[in-house]
Amino acid sequence: MQSHFSSSRKKETSSYLKHRYWLLLILALLLPLFGCGQEQISEGQSNTSSSQTQTIENKGSDTLVNIALAWAEAYMKENPDMRISVTGGGSGTGIAALINGTVNIANASRAMKAEEIEAAEDNGITPVQFVVARDAIAIVVHPSNPVDELTLEQISDIYTLKITNWSQVGGEDRPIVPLSRQSNSGTYIYFLKNVVRLGDKESDLLFSPNTLLMPSSEGISAEIRQNPNAIGYDGLGYVTEDQKVIAVAVDSEGDYVLPSSETVNASSYPIARPLYMYTAGEPTGLIKTYLDWILDEGQAEVSRLGFVPLK
Amino acid sequence: MNTPPTPDKPQRNWGTFFIEALIRLLGFSSIGFVLLIFLFLMQEGIPAFFKVSPGNLLSELWYPTFDLYGLLPLLLGSILITVTAIAIALPLSVATAVLVREVAPAWVREILKPMIEALAGIPSVVLGFLGMTLVAPIVQKLGAPTGLTAFTGALILAYMSMPTIISVAEDALDAVPKSYRDAGLSMGATQWQTIWRVVVPAARSGIVTAVMLGIGRAIGETMAVMMVTGNAARMPLTLDSLFRPARTMTATIAAEMGEVAHGSTHYHMLFGLGLILFMLTFIINLIAASTIFKKRQKGGLR
Repeated sequence: MQSHFSSSRKKETSSYLKHRYWLLLILALLLPLFGCGQEQISEGQSNTSSSQTQTIENKGSDTLVNIALAWAEAYMKENPDMRISVTGGGSGTGIAALINGTVNIANASRAMKAEEIEAAEDNGITPVQFVVARDAIAIVVHPSNPVDELTLEQISDIYTLKITNWSQVGGEDRPIVPLSRQSNSGTYIYFLKNVVRLGDKESDLLFSPNTLLMPSSEGISAEIRQNPNAIGYDGLGYVTEDQKVIAVAVDSEGDYVLPSSETVNASSYPIARPLYMYTAGEPTGLIKTYLDWILDEGQAEVSRLGFVPLK
Repeated sequence: MNTPPTPDKPQRNWGTFFIEALIRLLGFSSIGFVLLIFLFLMQEGIPAFFKVSPGNLLSELWYPTFDLYGLLPLLLGSILITVTAIAIALPLSVATAVLVREVAPAWVREILKPMIEALAGIPSVVLGFLGMTLVAPIVQKLGAPTGLTAFTGALILAYMSMPTIISVAEDALDAVPKSYRDAGLSMGATQWQTIWRVVVPAARSGIVTAVMLGIGRAIGETMAVMMVTGNAARMPLTLDSLFRPARTMTATIAAEMGEVAHGSTHYHMLFGLGLILFMLTFIINLIAASTIFKKRQKGGLR
């Protein structure tokens, strides 16, 4: 049996396969080496730098990531000894990292859930909340779309498939393609609670299964730019000039308001929210100085990036 | 002690022995790694199927934020996109392999082969970006409400799996003995008839392997698919589903893994999806292997 098997095997293995296997084997052996090498280098760097300078780890919301990067860059310019590393990944990712104690500051575009606070306290961490900026969610469509204004209820109906054609809201006879962020985005949860469910806690409405979940803000803006059927939502800071922003009213009797710094701070634009940073326990030392700076001088960066500063 | 009889080798060459042992160890370790990966997937994924009721799993709603874990839209989305991709890639790839191996003059082959191999090296995120900005608008012009559809994903996947299918199919054609071609031609068959009736059928099991590898590549692809299919977890049951958005299992894992709390139901569910993917590719490979084995038992060729 054994010898029969091996001899028949030999016949099958033609020369090309042998070459492939060697190549694969060599690649498989080399790849992890490259990976390890890089990791070791970066670890070494951070080790040496942390011995000379102070590091703040900052992670979370993709909505906040640009603004957090701008703060970090501006702050590091003023304080060359500081090293602030900022990563995105979503509000949930940042909060999970704070709970696990791997970051100093978590960025979140939503407040922490009760079970997240509980999980943090189980780990001996008391999260402290800071409102660091405000954000408005803009409803965007293709520039050629004749629709200028929608009520919250119409938007909710579009995302739950009660309205499926632009002609039902005063537009052309085109199907509506609703776009959303992925479900790990804080913007997704906020939009679901405050627009799709119209802020009703009893409501169990969901985005319709036909809603396209785009992996990034760029995904949404790319599709809005090229598809006259599409409607999307995203943070005001991500809206570019080639998208048309829709004026929103609470109901058909209310005023239709376009999102801007003024309308958000005056609370007249209905889809706006605070953006948070969370620290593990009351911040002290360098983290406190950094947060104080963000709440004061840092606010200048906020308006530059299209978000709404606190004052 | 009873040493096994080694009449040809009176002296044991220890250097050779160690190298052989090392190679054997490395060879078996790859089986070991696959087993370990499978065990890990089982350990993390199986709890999901106990935590979530079967009715929930077989529903049509995938909303993990609200504990709705209907797998059907994802499973059918993956299958729809993969099958379409292979349906597009197979004829093109076999034709290309025939061209490169049987028809094209040597200098054309010298140019084509490295170019096809270079295709395989394009990072999938780049193809995804091309798909999003170039292919999606074209698909939309065909009449779909959006360009981000299952069909767009299938086109990109077909493009990605073609280099794999072409090079394996070409190797299979290469392994058909020259005497077959000579026999065909000497019977009065044209070159076309020889290729189509003799050479390609003789290489069929190699081509089946090529297709299976292509399916494996397509069903596991993540980044490009996530960027161009729209990721709407809808049931692709209507006729127009190919030109509507779809969501695959891989894109779901990639999009949602970053956010889940370790050990939550959602976390286990994503590993459950990984387990399903693993078993699907395993079954596909098993089918491929058994077709090849049966053909050989019947006295068939390569």
